[in-house]
Amino acid sequence: MKRERPLLRRGFHQAKWDEPIIFELSIPGQRAICVQEAEDDVIDEVGNPWENLPEVVRRKSPPTLPELSQAQVLRHYLHLSQETLGADVNIEIGQGTCTMKYSPKVNERFASSSKIEDLHPNQPSETVQGVLEIMYKTDLFLRELSGLDRFSFQPGGGSQAALGMASIMRAYQKSRNEEQDRDEIITTIFSHPSNAAASAVKGFRVVTIYPDENGYPDLEALKNAVSQRTAGLIVTNPEDTGVFNPRIREFTQIVHEVGGLCGYDQANANGILGITRAKEAGFDMCFFNLHKTFSSPHGCGGPGSGALGVRKDLERFLPVPIVDFDGKKYSLNYDLPDSIGKIKMFYGGIPAVVRAYAWMMSLGEDGLREVAKVAVLNSNYLLSRIKKIKGVHIPYAPGEHRFEQVRYSWAPLTEETTITTEDVQRRMCDFGLHYWTSHHPWIVPEPFTLEPTESWSKEELDEYVEALEEVSREAYECPEVLRNAPHRSVVHKISQDWFDDPSKWAITWRSYLKKHSV
Amino acid sequence: MGERRRAHPYIPNSQTQVQEEMMREVGITDTEELFSGIPEDLRYKGKMDLPRAILSEEGLSRHMEDLLSGNKTTKECLSFLGAGCYQHYVPAICDEVASRSEFLTSYAGEPYEDHGRFQALFEYQSMMAELLDMDVVNVPTYDWCQAAATAVRMAGRITQRNAILVAGNINPQRLLAIKNYADPAMTVEKVGYDANTGCVDVSDLVAKLTRNVAAVYFENPNYFGLIETMGQKIAEIAHENGSLMLVGVDPITLGVLAPPSHYGADIVVGDIQTLGIHMNYGGGVAGFVASHDKEEFVAEYPSRLFGIAQTEVEGEWGFGDVLYDRTSFAKREMGKEFVGTAAALWGITAGVYLALMGPLGMIEVGETIMRNSAYAAKKIGGIEGIQIHGFQSHFFKEFAVNFDKTGLTVEKVNRELLSRGIFGGKDISQEFPELGQTAIYCVTEVHRRNDVLLLCDALEEIVHGAEGGRSR
Repeated sequence: MKRERPLLRRGFHQAKWDEPIIFELSIPGQRAICVQEAEDDVIDEVGNPWENLPEVVRRKSPPTLPELSQAQVLRHYLHLSQETLGADVNIEIGQGTCTMKYSPKVNERFASSSKIEDLHPNQPSETVQGVLEIMYKTDLFLRELSGLDRFSFQPGGGSQAALGMASIMRAYQKSRNEEQDRDEIITTIFSHPSNAAASAVKGFRVVTIYPDENGYPDLEALKNAVSQRTAGLIVTNPEDTGVFNPRIREFTQIVHEVGGLCGYDQANANGILGITRAKEAGFDMCFFNLHKTFSSPHGCGGPGSGALGVRKDLERFLPVPIVDFDGKKYSLNYDLPDSIGKIKMFYGGIPAVVRAYAWMMSLGEDGLREVAKVAVLNSNYLLSRIKKIKGVHIPYAPGEHRFEQVRYSWAPLTEETTITTEDVQRRMCDFGLHYWTSHHPWIVPEPFTLEPTESWSKEELDEYVEALEEVSREAYECPEVLRNAPHRSVVHKISQDWFDDPSKWAITWRSYLKKHSV
Repeated sequence: MGERRRAHPYIPNSQTQVQEEMMREVGITDTEELFSGIPEDLRYKGKMDLPRAILSEEGLSRHMEDLLSGNKTTKECLSFLGAGCYQHYVPAICDEVASRSEFLTSYAGEPYEDHGRFQALFEYQSMMAELLDMDVVNVPTYDWCQAAATAVRMAGRITQRNAILVAGNINPQRLLAIKNYADPAMTVEKVGYDANTGCVDVSDLVAKLTRNVAAVYFENPNYFGLIETMGQKIAEIAHENGSLMLVGVDPITLGVLAPPSHYGADIVVGDIQTLGIHMNYGGGVAGFVASHDKEEFVAEYPSRLFGIAQTEVEGEWGFGDVLYDRTSFAKREMGKEFVGTAAALWGITAGVYLALMGPLGMIEVGETIMRNSAYAAKKIGGIEGIQIHGFQSHFFKEFAVNFDKTGLTVEKVNRELLSRGIFGGKDISQEFPELGQTAIYCVTEVHRRNDVLLLCDALEEIVHGAEGGRSR
């Protein structure tokens, strides 16, 4: 039986170990592991090969690494892990645009089985039929979810997949002898920053479309932006605001009409799985982040996978190799004459592909649609509750439902109390919760973006809402609590003047010792 | 979905009753209403061709195990493959830390609730800095390809020049990635390698060096496994021309070999897969970029750089992003290249590896590898008709094995080896046709004398027929 209880964890305090920097724990002479030595027969036969090396290539003094016993190393890292709040530990709905969902533990078994970990990428294909089948079938599944015709798993994340798209746009325009003339890629301001940044790496001028007054990408602005200089369009949809661009097909039509290609950033496809697809929206390419929508864990920021898919006629530009199946055997195909070459070594983030495959197998078609439905329901439930919190404003798309995430604003709160979204950020961790502001630039003032995914229960969503309610109350009643937060996190407010001053910044411990030793 | 049903284990709110409650709060009666923002003609109503869900965890496990049984691993066969992904021993603590829930599932938390993530990555940067003897190391990028490509772009921005010279003996995959990443901002030209030494052809370098050259990039050891001895000379030539020297390095060599900073490198890159990360069919790669602590270099990194700071409590460490405004997170297309989810967990893991190994461990592992590989090269080279590279240079863990005199192709040899449960070296006869039928063999601390003898027996047999196999 359940008792009535407040959901907010007021007594929370995160683990705080005051953990020294690992170099401070070093005791000369300690060791954490013994290394396998060459066998006597081997030594007898070859002696010390490094002694024949020219003096100039030999290391003169040992690297000054810390020296610890084995259990000490373990304890140190376990302390650090406890001082980290992963998605397994908290109600990780505060990191909008990133689809922090549950990563099923059973999938870790597959990804970390010897059958994956101990495979070398250059093994003969007959010895890797299992992993190739997983890659091929994951490709097939993603084709169904996108309507496109072929996926590469080579990009290591969404940003690298965006680079892949921009590279294909350049190669495509080159194949039509239009590379010199077509030097612009169009994006929207609420598309991920990497769509713009990766386009710039490929030498394109970036044209950014801003929203109209209702928060939808401005169609008129797009019409004005396209020209014979347009190489393509790369946009995120639903946008970072959780608004779906309903005129997306018109966008792709307009870009196609001037001879551009269209790339769809589906890094977060969580709200639209099986609901709407890249193909029907008129896109030539798209990418899915397997570490977001498809449940592979984020690993502190990778390794992940940005699965890059294209229409049939663009297959020839994909990075090599792609996985083929002739009905009997799976193989790697390097024979793509117009390939952009390599984006990444080998075939990409294979463990993420294995997990994504297993995750889709555990859901099937109905399950995947249920994911989208519940992710959007959860998001709108949060929206409905947060709307009632004092100091919150919800810009754009008035009266419309949102998709898997919502961009909120504390603008009224800041105006009335001077408490900012960054103050809120530092306070939320006092309740054992992670909270992120939003990507820059902050077109929406004092923003925060929540994406509850399908992974958290209603009660957990309610707990997060209670924390926001409490923060709002404090802002109006006792703002100092917020200004000085955090109080119960691992560390206290960090002095920011260490990060931009070259005489002060220390990116490594040795640099700290050089600059700050007394 | 009309019937009342139980929740999917991964989707708590898939329960009908809960959904009804939440819909009341939202003010809808059907979840279909939530998707009203999508025009009807964009709604996908078709059936997706997906397999039926395997709902039971046991069933899923069985299915995956069946699939995975189609793989034969380097633990089940004897492998001599290297060429950019390496079989090294992974200490148990590396796996323990890398699979910790908190590290595995955190992402972009703040330096407060994710203090541990920041510290672990700062320490990774710091330990790599000791190994490399440089003061700045980034939070890992995707892999050595990306690291090298980024170093090239950094050099372009630092020197305001747009040409790059790349040694012709680097890993060809890396060359492809560099070319794609440099295009169209920079031109990439190859510098030949010396036919005798297999190392960078310095006279060709001098001939190709123009005032446009932002940097010279080479790898050490190079693709043939050879240790570059002309580093100092190349640095002098590059620097005299106002160019930078960029060096790609396998960090597991650095207990024994001098780090590139000791022979004049301005930016050093490489892959940390060799430091405690499983091969993962090539998915274990992760790149580093390192430099001296010069403002004009630090300002050009696209990656995150975690710095240490003090908090408002005396004696308490905090962390944060150094020069955050460099990044595309802050500045979109006006930032330096781009930054995103790359390979942070492998950075933490490599940090654990370095902490476990310590100075002595790094020296010892280098020594074991050099002994084992020297032994293997000697034994393989003792087989009539098989030649070891023919380059007058030293190698670390990889060496070129040439089969020209056997009349056999590497492909044929490797097929024969496979039938004996052995993965022969990487066939480079397509990539470097001028070297004939050559394979790159890799031998590390995980190999034993007996493994080498098994290989030699098999090679004898393949090259000279069944009777040729010598006894041990």
